Amino acid sequence: MSFREAHELHKRRFGRNLGLLLVLSAFVALVFGLTIVKVTEGSKMEAFDHTVRPSLTVPEAQK
Amino acid sequence: MTDTTSAFDQTTEASFGDYIALLKPRVMSLVVFTALAGLVVAPVAVHPFIAFMSILCIAIGGGASGALNMWWDSDIDAVMKRTKGRPVPAGRVTRQEALALGLTLSGFAVVMLGLAANWVAAGLLAFTIFFYAVVYTIWLKRSTPQNIVIGGAAGAFPPMIGWAVATGGVSLESVLMFALIFMWTPPHFWALALFMNDDYSNAGVPMLTVTHGRKATRVHILVYTLLLAPMALAIAATSIGGPIYLVTSLVLNLLFIRGALRIWRRDEDQAGADKYATEKKFFRFSLAYLFLHFVALMVQAGLAPYGLGGW
Repeated sequence: MSFREAHELHKRRFGRNLGLLLVLSAFVALVFGLTIVKVTEGSKMEAFDHTVRPSLTVPEAQK
Repeated sequence: MTDTTSAFDQTTEASFGDYIALLKPRVMSLVVFTALAGLVVAPVAVHPFIAFMSILCIAIGGGASGALNMWWDSDIDAVMKRTKGRPVPAGRVTRQEALALGLTLSGFAVVMLGLAANWVAAGLLAFTIFFYAVVYTIWLKRSTPQNIVIGGAAGAFPPMIGWAVATGGVSLESVLMFALIFMWTPPHFWALALFMNDDYSNAGVPMLTVTHGRKATRVHILVYTLLLAPMALAIAATSIGGPIYLVTSLVLNLLFIRGALRIWRRDEDQAGADKYATEKKFFRFSLAYLFLHFVALMVQAGLAPYGLGGW
């Protein structure tokens, strides 16, 4: 069994693939980090869900 | 896809860096700086991670519009000395790849900015990309010598987006920051066009120097510089202004107007004799002018907690 010799082209493609790997990994890390920040900051995590949710309504006194 | 065996013979296959070059990293750095300034001077504090993520999205959105510009303008880029080494005219990246990268990153940047910050900022980013890629690149650049005047709006949006990230809206301060860059762009680019004229005329781009002549361009530079000064100084009177900004802006505008007057007084013989030294100096100073205005705003915002900031 013989392997083709590594060409300069392979090196360039490896560099490109490595770059893409880093970009995608960074994207995953960013989305994860964003989720942590949003959750710990207590951003609104509830939304309309086809039923009445008292926690989403504004109390009378504040209107 | 290219057949791998034939791909061995080609020497022009793109590297990762070529895709980065499609995003115009130097333009991106200006976008990052002005967007950061807009975010920092806004009166609402933003979580550092959200701020980082937002600036990244704005930078990538700006880069994506750069890729779309290179997709549409590859024919012009191939003619101009300054741009013929870009990945598309050099044959390392195809036009379709540039288009695909531009569209994909635009979508990602806008959606991620909306999720990270708010949808007002995301909407402004989407409009900026549309303005640069469609209004400037596709509609105006080849049809009118006013191309950079109106196209300059695209470069003026980032501080407004940064402000919207923090406040969720648009206000007088962010409109004036927009106006500062918007009015600064024409004198900045026309000074460049005065000493890079051949490039644009070879490519058939209707720069003011080509369509109305150099004398008219010199007059235009002076007029826009005079109109720019009140815009820059008006920021001093708003909530983000203060003594540091006022003094900085006064000095910078006086120097800028002096430079524009010098350009206006010269003719082509004088300019040719010293190889456009005054024009080149004015161009370099224009970069410092914008940079220092935003630095002054940020310094003032930074000193505000110690009672040394605004009025």
